[in-house]
Amino acid sequence: MAFEVDVSRRLGSGPDERRVALAFKAGPGITALCGPSGAGKSSVLNMIAGLLKPDRGYIAVGDRLLFDSAAQVDVPAHRRGVGYVFQDVRLFPHQRVRANLRYGGASGAKIEEMAAFLGIDHLLDRWPATLSGGEAQRVAIGRALLREPRLLLLDEPLSALDRARRNEILGLIERMRDTVRLPILYVTHDRAEADRLADRIVEMPESVRN
Amino acid sequence: MIALTPDEWGIVSLSLKIGLVAVGAMLPIAFAIAYMLARGRFPGKLLVDALVHLPLVVPPVVTGWLLLLAFGTQGPVGRWLNDWFGVTVMFRWTGAAIAAAIMAMPLMIRAMRLSIEAVDRRLEAAAATLGAGRWRTFATITLPLSLPGIMAGLVLGFARSIGEFGATITFVSNIPGETQTLPIAIYSALQLPGGEAAVLRLSILSILLSLGALIASELLARRSGAKVAVHGV
Repeated sequence: MAFEVDVSRRLGSGPDERRVALAFKAGPGITALCGPSGAGKSSVLNMIAGLLKPDRGYIAVGDRLLFDSAAQVDVPAHRRGVGYVFQDVRLFPHQRVRANLRYGGASGAKIEEMAAFLGIDHLLDRWPATLSGGEAQRVAIGRALLREPRLLLLDEPLSALDRARRNEILGLIERMRDTVRLPILYVTHDRAEADRLADRIVEMPESVRN
Repeated sequence: MIALTPDEWGIVSLSLKIGLVAVGAMLPIAFAIAYMLARGRFPGKLLVDALVHLPLVVPPVVTGWLLLLAFGTQGPVGRWLNDWFGVTVMFRWTGAAIAAAIMAMPLMIRAMRLSIEAVDRRLEAAAATLGAGRWRTFATITLPLSLPGIMAGLVLGFARSIGEFGATITFVSNIPGETQTLPIAIYSALQLPGGEAAVLRLSILSILLSLGALIASELLARRSGAKVAVHGV
């Protein structure tokens, strides 16, 4: 499945005001979105997920139009079918791992299967606060995948991890790329990481001050 | 152990009933206002915020007098209640519950508002990406995460209700068995020669009830703070 993004949005206000604009098309596999910190990569992901409204533009996944400013189409976030693994993880702190995984509506059997795939089957009854950074990130990936999205967004999933955990999650994302046939948009500021993982790389231009 | 007379037990149970009904009835209203103040952006928000806190700073006798004007037989609400439901709250325990609810409202709203504001909006955004619409996000994320603060607001409001004096005595007077709550009974006993023993018993009970409520509220507030911390942030 292919997806297409062409968005532009003003961010900040006063002297900090700047414009983020990006257009690209991508197919299945991993597309890395590279660029320096502060270029607006996370804002682009938020626009695709429906958490931030572009000032103008167009977003489509496969044959489904998610946003089109000209046609006044703006599908709400909860109906977009776009999975999102956040940089700051965002597991629900008042729910155990199993309930976090179940949140998107997956059945018990699928949760067990996903937990085995991600190597988190021994964590299902734990509270998120007791997980290590790598464990929490794997749960977050599982939670997003169990929603069976049409597109998966990963926002710097390795940034908070030490070297050993980074390799562990990198290996997991590679396995995911090879087994789950799903377009993945992977945001990173690390070029080496993008080179290792991605089928194609999109450079995020510097945001422009108005 | 404090040995209370049957009359004093009656006063305690009436106070507890009034307190429970007051916070129970005020809960949905207080929560709705707290949510609106925490999340809403509307003109006049500052004024609404000031108005709901008014009972905290206005002399309670003024609040009682305003309730008298509103709920009295000639008052707009009082006449409406009487015409439509044949109900009057004047000199009734229900009137005492209304006075208690109004006086408890600011404390309830304050605690609830703080706990709603403390809920991490990023978790709600995460819920949306997992397919949860506004109501499901509210029911499964916002509400459970702000629950300890809501409970703290209830407990504080309850403590305030059973301690309510000025507005109650102005609005529904001092009728034993109907509107004579714990503080009003203490005040009455103080006026009687030889009433010191009753004053002591009822005062100790008041202090214990208030202390228990404050400790419970503090424990709930701490739990609230611990729960809303997000992993990795």
